[in-house]
Amino acid sequence: MTTPAVEITGLVHRFGGGADAAAAVDGLDLTVAAGEVFGLLGPNGAGKTTTLRVVNTLLPVQQGGVTVFGLDVSRHATQVRRLLGYVPQQLSVEGALTGRQNVAWFARLYDVPRRDRAARVDEALAAMDLFDVADRLAGTYSGGMIRRLELAQALVGDPALLVLDEPTVGLDPIARDGVWDRVRAMRAERGMTVLLTTHYMDEADELCDTVALMHRGRLAAAGSPAQLKADLGPDASLEDVFRHHAGIDLAASGKEGLRDVRRSRATARKLG
Amino acid sequence: MTSVAAVPPRASWVEPPLTLIRRTAALSLVELQKLRHDHTELLTRTVQPLLWLLVFGQIFSRIRAIPTGPVSYLAYLTPGILAQSALFVAIFFGIQIIWDRDAGILTKVMVTPTPRQAIVAAKAFAAGVRGLSPVVVLIPVALLLGVSVTANPFKILAAAVAVMLGAGFFACLSMAIAGLAGTRDRLMGFGQVLTMPLFFASNALYPIEIMPTWLQVVSHVNPLTYLVDALRGLLIGTPAHLTLDFAVLLGATAVGIWVSGALLGRLVR
Repeated sequence: MTTPAVEITGLVHRFGGGADAAAAVDGLDLTVAAGEVFGLLGPNGAGKTTTLRVVNTLLPVQQGGVTVFGLDVSRHATQVRRLLGYVPQQLSVEGALTGRQNVAWFARLYDVPRRDRAARVDEALAAMDLFDVADRLAGTYSGGMIRRLELAQALVGDPALLVLDEPTVGLDPIARDGVWDRVRAMRAERGMTVLLTTHYMDEADELCDTVALMHRGRLAAAGSPAQLKADLGPDASLEDVFRHHAGIDLAASGKEGLRDVRRSRATARKLG
Repeated sequence: MTSVAAVPPRASWVEPPLTLIRRTAALSLVELQKLRHDHTELLTRTVQPLLWLLVFGQIFSRIRAIPTGPVSYLAYLTPGILAQSALFVAIFFGIQIIWDRDAGILTKVMVTPTPRQAIVAAKAFAAGVRGLSPVVVLIPVALLLGVSVTANPFKILAAAVAVMLGAGFFACLSMAIAGLAGTRDRLMGFGQVLTMPLFFASNALYPIEIMPTWLQVVSHVNPLTYLVDALRGLLIGTPAHLTLDFAVLLGATAVGIWVSGALLGRLVR
């Protein structure tokens, strides 16, 4: 049997402490098969980003278990990090460096051998259609170009698991299409596993082989977008699927969930 | 389909320190590249120490109120101002790490197989480089004002290493506070509270011997005192405890890197 790319069992993660603690993730079970594009969907505050942050070792496993390609993230964090490429929600590159320097920086952090480094950097930049602007300062790039530069940074280490946290949030439709095209191409060329979060249902529909709908830190439903929609009815959308399984309208749930998480994070900060 | 071995290879004992050095070098290179693209900061950092030397130094030289033995007050003050500028450059360095956190850059680096201590050590290196820029300007100005500064390149090099270690330690202190404080506003408050006591409870402006006893005790646990002592010994030739000075600076910086690295994870939770 092939080892799953990610296996999450009974994951619970709380922010804050004592009676005030709110569970951002509350008993989550998930399996991401190797080689698939897996989308975690849900409104703001559903627990998607918290789940990703546990998978990518930024947050500790408080309760439950998480493995990445069979490696326990609690016990083998450094080895897990060698397998990851990560693009966070924020547009986060060094504006005072050129595009090429930004990618070379991550090539060094991922131990790309010196003799291969220049070629690998060029290859990653070319894959993201940034080769011609590689020597410009990243601070002069548009939002879509910065997101593609971040994908190049994540790609240069040749990750087995690419983790994308809301990869198209804040981008215009053309830039979003550009990011989608590159994610599809990367997956086709390299066969890597992609784990992404989004609250755009059309994005999940376009990109993902499997989606997991999260609501209040729990799994509401999981399956392929086509299967989930077909199970509900001939004209159902993923939005309808979410409404059906969570028992609540997506927009209303988003506001509520966000308030919960804000409250719990504020509490966590007060507690230091 | 990607095939990945599930069993992590056993690392040899040399691997962790080598990784730390490699990652520190990679991150330090980025810090230098950032400075190369925008070096205005190196110039602006020299203004305040120049004012201290030209205004405070010259006025206090005329008052002759502070006993400095066989050397003039201006000569006595010059290494103190170099150490002070290293402190002032570094003590707010934690803001950079909070900025990196807010911009998502710290998060991204922490997801790579990079030891936390390498992230901190590279920032400490960057603080050291910034701390050197006043040296380049202040020593020629001191020479013009008649201060007899050593021409021995080895002593000047050792003084530069001392400045980098001192700035590195204070940057680590600032990053450790950043890990505890979590926000820029809180860190600014802590920085303001710490800067003046560190400066005045040291031998930067006056000899320890003229301090009240309790302040002498504080000054002896203040790494700035050891930095000033080393700089005076190396640059103007006053008696110094160079072995002790460098041991304290090296030890404090190593502990600072370890502690602030351990606190870094709190910033991204």
